[in-house]
Formats: sequence, structure tokens, C-alpha cells
Amino acid sequence: MSVIKVKKLKKKFGDFKAVDNISFEIKKGEIFGLLGPNGAGKTTTIRMLTGILKPTSGQAFVGKHNIQKEPLQARQNMGIVPEMANAYVDLSAIRNLLLMGELYGLDKRKRIKRAEELLKLFKLYKHKEKKVKSFSKGMHQRIILAMALMSNSEVLFLDEPTTGLDVESVRLIRRLIKKFNNEETTIILTTHDIEEANLLCDRVAIMNHGKIVAIDRPEELKKVIKSTNSIIVAFKEKVSQKDIFFNEVDRIEETGDKHRLYTKNIDKVISLLVEYSNKHNNEIITLKTLEPSLEDVFVKLTQKDKNASTT
Amino acid sequence: MLQQLKKSLAITKKDLSIYYLRGPVIIQGLLIPAFLFISFSFKRDASIEFLFPGLLGMALFFAVSAVTPVIAPWETKMNTLERLVSSPIALWAILFGDILASVLFGLFITSFILISGIFLFGFQVITLPLIIGTLIGAFCFSSLGILMSAHPANQPSDIMLFSTLIKFPLIFISGVFVPISQMGSFKFLSFLSPLTYYIDLARGVVQGTSEFAPGFNLVILLLFTIALMFIAIKWHKRSLSKRF
Repeated sequence: MSVIKVKKLKKKFGDFKAVDNISFEIKKGEIFGLLGPNGAGKTTTIRMLTGILKPTSGQAFVGKHNIQKEPLQARQNMGIVPEMANAYVDLSAIRNLLLMGELYGLDKRKRIKRAEELLKLFKLYKHKEKKVKSFSKGMHQRIILAMALMSNSEVLFLDEPTTGLDVESVRLIRRLIKKFNNEETTIILTTHDIEEANLLCDRVAIMNHGKIVAIDRPEELKKVIKSTNSIIVAFKEKVSQKDIFFNEVDRIEETGDKHRLYTKNIDKVISLLVEYSNKHNNEIITLKTLEPSLEDVFVKLTQKDKNASTT
Repeated sequence: MLQQLKKSLAITKKDLSIYYLRGPVIIQGLLIPAFLFISFSFKRDASIEFLFPGLLGMALFFAVSAVTPVIAPWETKMNTLERLVSSPIALWAILFGDILASVLFGLFITSFILISGIFLFGFQVITLPLIIGTLIGAFCFSSLGILMSAHPANQPSDIMLFSTLIKFPLIFISGVFVPISQMGSFKFLSFLSPLTYYIDLARGVVQGTSEFAPGFNLVILLLFTIALMFIAIKWHKRSLSKRF
């Protein structure tokens, strides 16, 4: 059963197409990731799905409600962590939660109970009376996420919820996202961290220039990623690019005292580098394999799209 | 509707805690009209019966319109507005909550002026028309403040400058320091300011004479309130998406 239905959604700002004719459905209980670099259209999509921005054309449904026609009814069933969201820094943690409870129409007893539950869950209970301005960035993000959960909503929109956080906070937030999902909350997560999407999401849509260029399960998308791995290598003595531009290497770049070799055959290239090192008695001081950047994935997917359209 | 009004009260409580119930804001609410009053009445040949309604009007006007113009740009800048508008509360209810907070603050500040009028000068200011007028006036001036913030600026200083450019000229055309009957060819300008009708109403109560009948002043104030509130909500709706 689909909880979210997006049909041919478009958003233009002047001549600029921020979101260009996207359609997808999200099933109940799914964690759905929207991936893309800055400016890909993820936040604009979320803002249209939450009724903050009016689409230029197309429709979006959350539950039974058309978000344009019945925004208040649709929002009653969703919790939202907007990108760059903030709590009221001059209010205490608990006052921020109680405010959200009031906005979602919870009665006093329910909102106090829920606020205390969430403060405990997010490890903020002993700071509940402290003003949010005294919080660290990680605590800040936890209270923002807790605010979105006050309503016990069926759908949760999280726009870049872990960006810029310390490892401990990221782990806690990811664990809680999983926990709420296990309790049947449908989660729409935007991120530019492909590993986060891989860890959390059941399905992922990759956006670029306002379009969805791929929509699939993370493991399927990782197959594309694996084919564009690279190796960073540095030798004790400087080497020329042509000496290590083996047949198995697609492309080579020099970055400072290191070389980055792009290849589809990681194992073979590592063997060749070790062989080169032994043969020339030139010690390898750095050798690491890198996951490709999201940009590499986009280039590949876009190329695939172009090839598909010309054949 | 009732559910939305209840949510407005949550906004009011939030605004009072964050913006109003702070020492500097309360002191500023009392000091600005007091300084203006002293500056413009010093060594002037005007009776306290004439000047007091002007002080009362200024106190109410400045108190309710001091913070309302900056709430929307401030919350845009602090990234709290998006959270509010994405929760199940209508935009009009958010704005009404903002108005209600400033009305309560305005009534609190004005009560100091009214009490000083009673105890220092012996004015019989606790009359039904003035109480109703003060209440409507508070909603009216607050709506004007909300209207000023409809421009989608995210820097409070931009709106502060703009609101000062509107508020101070209104003081001078509303008969605070010069009776509107003595404003000559500029008299028609005073009719465009809602503050004129509030001060005239107060002058009728304190001095016993006024330009217009109390009922007329109340009706015009009410019409201004409805119009300003309606336009403010409409303009905020239009400008909301430009804030993000």
C-alpha cells in the first residue's frame, strides 16, 4: 500500500527547473532515500511534499490527502525535520517539544508523556530544562528530530538529518531512524551520503538536475558504484604517471605526491603496483582503495541514460 | 477553526516567552513613548489633558508594533519558520498567535500609562469606549506590524528600517502633538492613520471634546483592523514560499 504518491511533479523558479517531472510511490513502512548533490532538487521535492512550496504542475498525495488541497490534514500525519531546521534556542528542550505537541493538537497529559519519552530516548532527559542554545550540535540535532516525532506520525520526512554531526550522534540518530521504522513509520530521507542511504534505506532515488536518474535498492545501485573504484598510491621515490598507467587503469590523476588510479579491476592493479614497487625497490608508503564519489555515480548514470536514448 | 485558534495560543505563548517577557523589551516599550513625549511636550504650551491621550496612543502603538514586524524575518533567519509552517497549523493561525502576543504585551504596557493617568493626574480613563478602543487599537496596530513583515526579507534589520519609516511619520500625522484641527492642508493625511482615531477617542474621554464621535472612532478602528489583518494574511501567504 502506497503512503506517498508523486505524479509528474514539477517546480520552476523563473526559467530554472528545480524539479523536473518526477513520479514515484513510497510503500507503507519503507525507508526511502532521496540522494543527490547540492542543488539536485531533493529539498525542493521535500518542500512540495510537505506543502511548503506549491508545485508548478503535478500532484502529491500523503496518505489519502492531496497535499495542495488538504495541507493541514496531510501534515497532521507527518513529522518533518527540514534542512537547516532549528529549535527555538531561547526555549528549553522540553518547551520546544511541548510546543510541537500543541501544534499537533495533543492534549496536555499526552504531550508531557510523549515529550519525556522522547527526551529519554534521545538521551536528553537530564538536559530537559536547559535552553537549546547551550546544546552541542549533536544534541541540537537530536532535539530537532525529537520535535518531529512528537506527533507519533505515520510518515517522517528527514532532510539531511546527520549532516555535519559527530560519529556518536550520527550512530544514535541512525539507530533511532531504524527503531521508528520498525514501528511502521514510513521514512523519507534525503542525504548526499551514499553510505548512509546504503545503511538505512530500502529503496533509493538518485536525483540530478531536478530529475530522478535512478531509483532502486541500494545494493543494485552499488553495482554501478563498484565498477568505478579507484586506488590512491604514493611511493617513497617519485614515479612518473606513465610508469604506473597499466592496461587495467582507465584514468590516472596526480594529486600532490600521490596518484589516483581509476579502474574496474582493483585486485589486479594492486598486484601490479606491488610488483612495480618490488621490481624498482621503491617502497609503497600509501595504498588505499576509495569508494567513488556520488558525482562519479551520477556521471555513469547520466552516461547510461544518454547511451540508452541513442540506441 | 477552534482547533486552529487553540494552536494560535501555542504561538502566543512561544512569542511571549521568546520575544516579549524580557527586561529590555519591557523597558523599551515604556521608554520610547516616554522619551518622545518628553521631547515634544517640553516647554510647549499644551495642557496635560491634551498631551496624555497622545502618550497613551504612542505607548500602545509602539508596544504592539515593536516586535511583530521582525518575527517573520527573524524566524526565517533562525530557521524556525519552516518548522512552524510545516506543522498542521494554518498560516492565519500562526499570524493570529503573533498578533495576540503583541496585543497582550501592548495592554500590559498601556496599563502602566493608564494607571499613571489615574493616580498622577486624576483622569477618569476607565470607561467602556476607551477599554474597547484600546483592545481594538491593539489588534489594529499589531496587524499593521504583521503587515510590515510580509515582505520576504530574512534580515530583521531590513524590516526594522522599513517599519521605522512607517511608524514615525504616522506619529506625526495622527494628532499626537498637534491637534488635527490645526494641521491645515495636511489634515487629510491624519484620516489615513488608524492611530488618529484611537487618540481622538482617548481625547474625548480625557478632555471631553473630540474631533469625531466615540462610536465613529471605534467603527473606523475596527474597519482598519479587519482590513489590515486580511491584507497581512494574504500578503504573507503570497510571500511565504519566497522565504525558503
